[in-house]
Amino acid sequence: MPHISLPDHLPGITGLLEYRKDSAAPIRTLTQILLRGENSLSTGERELIATIVSHGNGCKFCTAAHTSAADILLGDNTVCDLIKLDILTSPVSQKMKGLLKIAAAVQKSGKHVTTDMVNFAKETGATDMEIHDTVLIASLFCLYNKYVDGLATVAPTDPEFYKNLGDRITSFGYERLPQGYDDLKK
Amino acid sequence: MPHIDLANDVPGIRSLALFRPDTGKELYRLAQVLLRDDSPLSQADRELIATFVSSKNECAFCTQSHAAAAKYLYHNDASLVDLVLADYQNAPISDKLKSLLTIAEKVQKDARLVSNEDIANARSHGANDRDIHDTVLISATFCMFNRYVDGLATLTPTDAQTYKDMGVRMGELGYNPPSNNG
Repeated sequence: MPHISLPDHLPGITGLLEYRKDSAAPIRTLTQILLRGENSLSTGERELIATIVSHGNGCKFCTAAHTSAADILLGDNTVCDLIKLDILTSPVSQKMKGLLKIAAAVQKSGKHVTTDMVNFAKETGATDMEIHDTVLIASLFCLYNKYVDGLATVAPTDPEFYKNLGDRITSFGYERLPQGYDDLKK
Repeated sequence: MPHIDLANDVPGIRSLALFRPDTGKELYRLAQVLLRDDSPLSQADRELIATFVSSKNECAFCTQSHAAAAKYLYHNDASLVDLVLADYQNAPISDKLKSLLTIAEKVQKDARLVSNEDIANARSHGANDRDIHDTVLISATFCMFNRYVDGLATLTPTDAQTYKDMGVRMGELGYNPPSNNG
């Protein structure tokens, strides 16, 4: 049960973003820019960064939600499982391995990012902007994971829930839906 | 030296907002909403939570800049900021604020650690849903800012006066993104 009173029909982050809309607005827009805006990293690659950080923080809701989104965007539902096991042997590019390693370090602490990690990413083709965006996406998901778990929001156990959520965030993105979320009431 | 070429020589979060202004704008808007706009917690208390979390994350830039802002906002009680950073349980602050700092500290460490007992304790000292919500979100937000600032190894000034000036600016003007025009 959540630590504060939240709407039953909106588990996880959605209920929090509806609870306080003035703080939700910049968080939503920031996420939309970083995960869906124009970028030399694909939307699927950026969802992988969100997934590896959420997994590192042990945030069940965010991990399942962004795994679902990444699966859809990559058209492959094995990559997320493999990066969670071992980034270095997973079927992603050398550049993405470097960026995911940086993201995993940021999850622990900003100070864990080393010059060697950054040099590896640069040598495998990462630009300064890609390294910047990786660090900011990883930092943003630390915010989300801590927000979602710090208030003990509900993480549904039905896989169908996350499939639907993945469909929603890949179809509509991260800004608040204009019609709100009343249609999710049962 | 920063890990990437930020094309400016300003310190901390400002260098990042100049590097990527579109995300910088939203980050500053979030700081303004959480630390300056409506909340049952005072602006000074919210800056104190930001300082405390930044200190736990060992982010020198954010700790010193927000400590300076908190000191500015506490006026005559400025010394309590250092006392909280040293040992908040024995600092001259309310039991309610202590209970909220306990929650903020757990969010910083691992948010799953926030227990029903921590929440009940905060409520017994008068905290309501919004106090608890804002505490958790401020802590989570500074876990983001601290990682962003340190993850890219931004410049961290070492002289106290620089932070004192920053604190006055943050206290008087709030959070406005920097522009290339100065």
